[in-house]
Amino acid sequence: MSLRIERRLSVPGWLPVAVPVGSVIAAFVFSGLILVLTGHDPVATDRRLLERGFFASGAISGTLVTATPLLLTALAAAAAFRMQVWNIGAEGQLYLGAVGASGAGIALHALPGPLIIAAMVVAGILAGAAWGAIPGILRAAFRTNEIITSLMLNYVAGLFITYLIYDSHSYWRDLSTFTARVFPQGKYLADAASWPRFDLLGMMIPFGFLLGILAAALVWLTATATRFGFEMRVIGDSPNAARYAGMRVRRRIVTVMAMAGGLAGLGGASEVGDFRHVLDPRGIQQAGFGYAGIVVAALARLNPFAVIVVAVLLGGLANAGYSLQGPDFPAGLVGTLQGLILFFALGGEMLVRYRIRWRGPQTAAPAPAPVAVAEAGS
Amino acid sequence: MNVNGTVLIVVLASAIFYGTPLLFAAVGELLAERSGVLNLGVEGMMLIGAVTGFWTVQHVGGPGWVGLTTAVCVAALAASAASSIHAILVISLRANQIVSGLALTIFAGASGLSSYLGAVGRLGGHPALHELKAIDLFGLGDAPVVGPLLFHQNALVYVSWALVAVTVFYLTRTRPGLHLRAVGESPATADAMGISVAGYRYAHTLIGGALAGVGGAFFSLAITPGWLDGMTSGAGWIAIALVIFAFWRPELALGGAYLFGAFSSLGFILQAHQVHLPPEVFASLPYLMTIVVLVFVSTSWGKRRLGAPAALGVPYIREER
Repeated sequence: MSLRIERRLSVPGWLPVAVPVGSVIAAFVFSGLILVLTGHDPVATDRRLLERGFFASGAISGTLVTATPLLLTALAAAAAFRMQVWNIGAEGQLYLGAVGASGAGIALHALPGPLIIAAMVVAGILAGAAWGAIPGILRAAFRTNEIITSLMLNYVAGLFITYLIYDSHSYWRDLSTFTARVFPQGKYLADAASWPRFDLLGMMIPFGFLLGILAAALVWLTATATRFGFEMRVIGDSPNAARYAGMRVRRRIVTVMAMAGGLAGLGGASEVGDFRHVLDPRGIQQAGFGYAGIVVAALARLNPFAVIVVAVLLGGLANAGYSLQGPDFPAGLVGTLQGLILFFALGGEMLVRYRIRWRGPQTAAPAPAPVAVAEAGS
Repeated sequence: MNVNGTVLIVVLASAIFYGTPLLFAAVGELLAERSGVLNLGVEGMMLIGAVTGFWTVQHVGGPGWVGLTTAVCVAALAASAASSIHAILVISLRANQIVSGLALTIFAGASGLSSYLGAVGRLGGHPALHELKAIDLFGLGDAPVVGPLLFHQNALVYVSWALVAVTVFYLTRTRPGLHLRAVGESPATADAMGISVAGYRYAHTLIGGALAGVGGAFFSLAITPGWLDGMTSGAGWIAIALVIFAFWRPELALGGAYLFGAFSSLGFILQAHQVHLPPEVFASLPYLMTIVVLVFVSTSWGKRRLGAPAALGVPYIREER
């Protein structure tokens, strides 16, 4: 009996859906094993995780707030990955978006709410896009590996926001009271700068989530209905073919990195506008939205609409993870779970592309093979 | 004033110290990449090594050297086990190497399994029972200039020098080493020669993982003895960049690692000498310098792709060659 791996000629329609679903289930089973090995009850832990993430009253509203930056960083990853540009920098781009948005929110505090919010959105997108453009420009101009540069910039961005609040008297830092000077914290935004929420059947939909859906639609439209999207696909499949066809590959790389940065920056803006209302370096770094966004994008197979669904699912886990964290719910479980989901999705991807065939005892072989010969041959 | 107390010698000695974990991880990654497997999970594997190594040193009794040796071995094994996930996914299941490596870092990294193990084992906030201390080799530790640099380092530093020498010899002078390079350059040719492409790739990915684990253990047993979530803070990524700077050659990785060791230690030393700059400026130095050096390398020599294995990142499928 032998195992053969063959490339599939046609993919059954249910398979691309079954693989992510199966990988989530398999990841839960596997993380259950880790829980058992470390002396925890997997069923109780998973039940609490699901309850806190989705089913408890008000849980979904919190989940959507967490899902919003996740959705946008996932779009940032997906848009670039499609073109084989490996943007791992959504984390830092999100921080810069938060800096831009909170800066705009603080500066314009006297204006009417809608104006402040519009300015926050724009500032977040621009700051993220500028940060994202750096690895894009380096890649386009010097062929510098964007995986490493975009990742290094994450650490630099993290140190930058820490500097703004903890080690400087920056514009973002609250220095108005004595306690604020001793225990550094950011300036809180005016109430008018809080992004609105919309009630839908008891769920509170954050404004940022709606922007995220809009962004997903725009990414999809760009990819499918514009010349730029067509060029992105060609460059992704074959950069050389794109160059011979006269496409400006370098410019497209910079554009897609800036676009990805803008998306992640919008995620940072939503984190400020929808949730924190302040630039909080510790909280935003702990969340790790940029890295989780990569998981979401890969699980959604880079499809912008699937990204929305997956972001809500993983956002629920992350949201539950934050609120449950404690002695009987150790930190790191959510990241472990996310990593496992991605592993299984990657393994499952193979089932989509290839078909595994078990070839039983070969039919052509003479049926009653003498035992001695079989042993000698083995 | 004693020459060994001068800033230059202090910087050089700590460059070697801080560069050693980078060197271990970079040599490991280099071996994996020479076989054609790009593993972006180094950061995650280092953290696994750091947490398991520290756990072991806290739980193994006996004299310090027993605990520390066991800890380094456990760290290597655990990180190697983590790398086996990547190996299975990219070698047997032909998954995208970039995404799989990232998945490994997310799975094992700062808010993943290493953090989980640290929390479950209640490792945070405890001082290490034993730590890797500098050994005065041949009593030459006080010799001028060479003493602090070459003869007053901890055991793993000496091991790392042996590792570089052995790796250079392995890659250039031994049959398996040449086979390894064949697998990384042209797997189809290697396959036709009867070399097991998958076998070489598995072996070197696992060795790479083990070395990343040792590098991680260097953090939790020597640099800041103890456990802190995400304590390697990007060293794994710098190690990956180092492989590129070093043109996939171990002897150059040695120099590169110490250069980055110097960037990491410069902050502490300048602060001790009353240079007042925000701590974040010093802390971001290694990351910024990584970008600068990478840009420099990719402009000047990178165009010729000097040293990069031709089949790096490409799955080998016999039927489709």
